Amino acid sequence: MKKQGSDSNPAPVLPALPEPIKDLKIKYTKIFINNEWHDSVSGKKFEVFNPANAEKICEVEEGDKADIDKAVKAARKAFELGSPWRTMDASERGRLLNKLADLVERDRLILATMEAIDGGKLFSTAYLMDLGACVKTLRYCAGWADKIHGRTVPMDGNFFTFTRHEPIGVCGQIIPWNFPLVMFIWKIAPALCCGNTVVVKPAEQTPLTALYMGSLIKEAGFPPGVVNIVPGFGPTAGAAISHHMDVDKVAFTGSTEVGKLIKEAAGKSNLKRVTLELGGKSPNIIFADADLDTAVEFAHIGLFYHQGQCCIAGSRIFVEEPIYDEFVQRSIERAKKYTLGNPLLPGVQQGPQIDKEQFQKILELIESGKKEGAKLECGGGPWGDKGYFIQPTVFSNVTDDMRIAKEEIFGPVQQIMKFKTIDEVIKRANNTTYGLAAAVFTKDIDKALTFAAALQAGTVWVNCYSAMSAQCPFGGFKMSGNGREMGEYGLHEYTEVKTVTIKIPQKNS
Amino acid sequence: MGTEPSPAVPDEARRTPPFRAQLGGPCGAGRSRWNGAVPEERAPPPVQRAAQRSMLRAAVCVSRLCRGPAALRAPFSAAAAASPIPAPNPRPDIACNKIFINNEWHDAVSKKTFPSINPATGEVICQVAEGDKADVDKAVKAAKAAFQLGSPWRRMDASHRGKLLNRLADLIERDRAYLAALETLDNGKPYSISYLVDLDMVVKCLRYFAGWSDKFHGKTIPLDGDFFCYTRHEPVGVCGQIIPWNFPLLMQAWKLGPALATGNVVVMKVAEQTPLSALYVASLIKEAGFPPGVVNIIPGYGPTAGAAISTHMDIDKVAFTGSTEVGHLIQKAAAESNLKRVTLELGGKSPNIIMSDADMDWAVDQAHFALFFNQGQCCCAGSRTYVQEDIYQEFVERSVEKAKNRVVGNPFDFKTEQGPQVDEEQFKKILGYINTGKREGAKLLCGGNPAADRGYFIQPTVFGDVQDNMTIAREEIFGPVMQILKFKTIEEVIERANDSKYGLAAAVFTKDLDKANYVSHGLRAGTVWVNCYDVFGAQAPFGGYKASGNGRELGEYGLEAYVEVKNVTIKIPQKNS
Repeated sequence: MKKQGSDSNPAPVLPALPEPIKDLKIKYTKIFINNEWHDSVSGKKFEVFNPANAEKICEVEEGDKADIDKAVKAARKAFELGSPWRTMDASERGRLLNKLADLVERDRLILATMEAIDGGKLFSTAYLMDLGACVKTLRYCAGWADKIHGRTVPMDGNFFTFTRHEPIGVCGQIIPWNFPLVMFIWKIAPALCCGNTVVVKPAEQTPLTALYMGSLIKEAGFPPGVVNIVPGFGPTAGAAISHHMDVDKVAFTGSTEVGKLIKEAAGKSNLKRVTLELGGKSPNIIFADADLDTAVEFAHIGLFYHQGQCCIAGSRIFVEEPIYDEFVQRSIERAKKYTLGNPLLPGVQQGPQIDKEQFQKILELIESGKKEGAKLECGGGPWGDKGYFIQPTVFSNVTDDMRIAKEEIFGPVQQIMKFKTIDEVIKRANNTTYGLAAAVFTKDIDKALTFAAALQAGTVWVNCYSAMSAQCPFGGFKMSGNGREMGEYGLHEYTEVKTVTIKIPQKNS
Repeated sequence: MGTEPSPAVPDEARRTPPFRAQLGGPCGAGRSRWNGAVPEERAPPPVQRAAQRSMLRAAVCVSRLCRGPAALRAPFSAAAAASPIPAPNPRPDIACNKIFINNEWHDAVSKKTFPSINPATGEVICQVAEGDKADVDKAVKAAKAAFQLGSPWRRMDASHRGKLLNRLADLIERDRAYLAALETLDNGKPYSISYLVDLDMVVKCLRYFAGWSDKFHGKTIPLDGDFFCYTRHEPVGVCGQIIPWNFPLLMQAWKLGPALATGNVVVMKVAEQTPLSALYVASLIKEAGFPPGVVNIIPGYGPTAGAAISTHMDIDKVAFTGSTEVGHLIQKAAAESNLKRVTLELGGKSPNIIMSDADMDWAVDQAHFALFFNQGQCCCAGSRTYVQEDIYQEFVERSVEKAKNRVVGNPFDFKTEQGPQVDEEQFKKILGYINTGKREGAKLLCGGNPAADRGYFIQPTVFGDVQDNMTIAREEIFGPVMQILKFKTIEEVIERANDSKYGLAAAVFTKDLDKANYVSHGLRAGTVWVNCYDVFGAQAPFGGYKASGNGRELGEYGLEAYVEVKNVTIKIPQKNS
C-alpha cells in the first residue's frame, strides 16, 4: 500500500503562484442592484482598510434599509412567474454558474490580490486555496442545477402525486469577513443553482471582492435582479434583511451572538426560513497511538490557519497524558517557526488580524488565560508597530473552566489540554454550547469510529483537520448553527417542496 | 436547390479544427481527403415539395423537437435554441481513421481496412482500420491497466473526472461545425440537424454527466447490531460499449458520459457505417487530458469486433444500442462467457395515440416529426400512429399533405429536412417493408419509392388503413414510412398499443387531464410523452420495457448501470444512534 497524501494525488495540480498585482485599482465600490451600480440612497459611504497597515484602501457606498428595499424589489421582480430567470432551463442555470467559474478563474489574480489587501489574508493562501475553492464550489453547484429531483409518490387512493423542488424565492445572505469570497460563493452558488434570487450583504470589513463578483455575475449573463449586493453594516443593512417582510429566507454566517438576533428577527417578521453557520470551540483529540508528526501538524494548521480566524478552528486540543509533554513541546517549536508580515510578500506565513476590534479582543483573552493560570509557552503579545498582528501563541496546562477554553478567540492562540480516558474526553469535548467541528487522531479503528459517533459536531475529522470540499455538508450542532451548507444537503436549504396531487380516474401500479 | 441565401457564418465557426495546423495530424497518419463527387452537385431527388423553406424553419422545427410547443416557452429559452448555424464544409478533412488505444492511433493487427461510405452518393469517403478480436484484446489490456488500483484514473478526484468531461464538452463545442459536417457526410443526416440537435445534445449530455461525477452518493446504513455499515459506488471496471449508426456522436456521448463520470474505463466499438465522428472525438479525449487507456475506440464489424467484446472474459460490462436481434446475441454471449453486466437499448414499434380532443395542428406536426425525424431511423420512432375514429380522415389527409411537403435531398443543403438512409442494406430493407405493406392490404397514400437515382434516398411514405396484424404494424422499419391506424375507445387503444414485443416509447395527444394520466400510466413503455414526442434531455432516463432493452440510460438512473455497490461493514465497540 502506498502512502496516501493529497500531494500524491496526480490529478489536481495547484497552479503556479504568480506575483500579486502591484497598485491594484479598486473599480467597484457601489451597490449592485439589477446588474447596475448605485449610490446609497442616503448618500453615505464607509471606509475600507488594509489590516496589514491600517491604511484606508477606498470608500464604499454604505447600504441601509432603503437600499435593501430597492434590492429586494429587484430580486422579487426577477423571481416573478414568467421572468427570464423562472422560465430558464435548469441546465442553463448550471451553464451560467460554470461561466461564472470561468470568469473567476480568468480574474483569479485580481481577486486573490484584492482578498489579500482587504482581508489581510496571505496572498498565496488567497490565490491557491480560497480562489481554488470558489471555482470548485461554483462548478459543483453548476452540476446540481438540473439534478435536484422531485419525486413521484405512491399515494393511497386514486391520485397521482408528485413533488416539485421549487426555489424559495428572495434569499437574504449575510456573509462574514474571514473568507469573504468563499463565503460569498458558498451562499450564492446553491441559492442560484436551485433558482432563487439573492440579496447579499458582504461584511463591512471586506466588501471589495464581493462587489467585484457583481461585475462578473453581470458579465456571465445572469438576468438583472437575480443577484444583488449591498455593502453595509449589520445593525442597519443586515437588520433590514433579517426583518424584511418580503425576504423569504435568510442565511447568515458569523458569530453566535448575531445568529440569535437573525433568528429572532425572522420570528418577529415573516417567519422567513433561517440557516445559520456560527461560532465554534472545536475539540481536537490526540491519542497516544496517533502518528505524532501528523497530529502536531494538523493540530497546528487546524488552529493557526488564516490567523486563527476560522469558525472551525481546533481551539481545544485534548492530548492523551503519555504524549502530552512531547506534543506541547513540538507544538511550540512549530508555532515559533512563523514569519509574520505583509501578506502580499512571499515567505510570509501569518498576516494581520482583520481589524482593531478583533485584535484587542484576542489580546484581552490572552491576558485572561495568563490570569486564570494557563501556562503561556510562546507568543502572547502584538507583533510589529503597525497593523493588527499578533504573535503565534500557545497555552499549555489549560483547564476546561478557563475562558480561553470556553470562548471563541478567533485568533492565533492555541489551547492544549490533557486527558486520560476515552469516556472522560468525550464528555469534556462535548461539554460546550458549540458543535461545529471536531477531530480525533488515532490509529485504532475502534477509537476512530467510537469518536466519529460520539462527538456532537457537524463535522468530524479522523486523522486530519480542516479537510473541506464542496461535496461535503458543513454546519453546526447546537449553537454553532442551523442547517447545512454544501453537498446535496445544502440544496435542501434553498428549496421548498411542493406536493402536487391530481385526481385520476383509476390507479394502476 | 442552391437558390437559398447562405446563412451568416460566425468567424469562430470558420475556424479550422486544431489538428490541421499540426504536422501529421493526431492520427500520426497521412490524412485522406475525400475526393468523391460533391454532394451539392448532384441532381435534386424528384420529390414534390414546397421550396420556400429555410434554415429558420429547420431551427424552429428543432426548437420544437427539443423544447415542446414554442408558445409555452418563454422568449428567453426559445431564443437560446436559435443560434445561427455556420455554413457547412461538405468535404471535411478526415484525420482520424485508425484504432484508438492508450491515447494512440493503431493500425488493425490484421492490417485490414474497410470503406466508410457517403450514403448521399454511395461513394467511398475513406478507408478505416478494421478492428477485430486481436484489437479488442489490445484495447482491453490497455483499459485494464488504466483501471488498476493506484492508477492515475483510479486515484483521480471525482470532481476532476467531471472537469475532464466538461473539457471534452468544451472541445466538442469548439469543433462543433467540423463534427456536424463529418456526421452529415458519414451518416447522411441533414447538416442543420447535426449541428443544432445532435451536437447540442452531445455537449449537454457530457456536461450533465460531468456534474454527476462527484454527486453519485453511497449511503451509510443503520445496520442492526454493533456495526458501522456504508456503501461505496465503485466503477464496474472495463466497459465494452457498442454503439449504432443512427446518432453516432450522441450515442457515443450517452455511453461515455455515465461510464466516465463514475470512473470506468471503456472499450467502444463504433458502427462500421459511421465510424468517423467518434474517432475524431477520440482525438479530443486525448486533448482533454484523459489518461491513456481510459477510453479506447475500435471501428469494426459486429460479428467480429462486437462479438469479441461481448464474449470477452476480461470485460466487466457490456452496453449495446442497436437491434433487438443483436441484443439477444449480446445477452447470450455475456451469459456464456463471464456473466458480464448487460445493458441494452434495442428496437421499438412505439405507439403514438391521438385522441379526438387533441390540438389537431400540433398532433399532426408531432406525429409526422415522431416518425420522419432522422429519416425514420430512430429506435423510438412513433411508427404506430393510432388515431381516434372521429378525426381519423382529417388526420390522415393532413399527415399525407405534410409528408408530401417534406424536403428530401442533399443533407448539406439548409432546406433539406430528410437525407438518405444510412446504407444500401437499410435502403433495400425499407423498400421491402413498403412492398409488404402494399401486399398485405395497407393503403399507400404517398411515397413508396426511392427518391433519387443514386444515394439511399427514400420518399416520405404514408400508409393508411393499417391493421395491427400487418408486418408494417409489427416490425421495426427504421425508415421514413408512417403507419396510421384507427381506434375507437381508450381501453381498446391501450390494449392494442401494448400488444407488441417492444416497449421503448409511447405518446398520447389529448387535452383531457384524466385521459393523459390514464393512458400514460397504462402504456408499457420506458418513456411516455404527453402532447409531445421525441423530447429528450440528459436529465430524463431512457430505455425499454420488454424486448426494447434492459436498463436505463441518462438521468441519475443511467449511472446505476455503471457502478457496483460495495457494502462495507465494520465491527464497532458500541453502537450509538
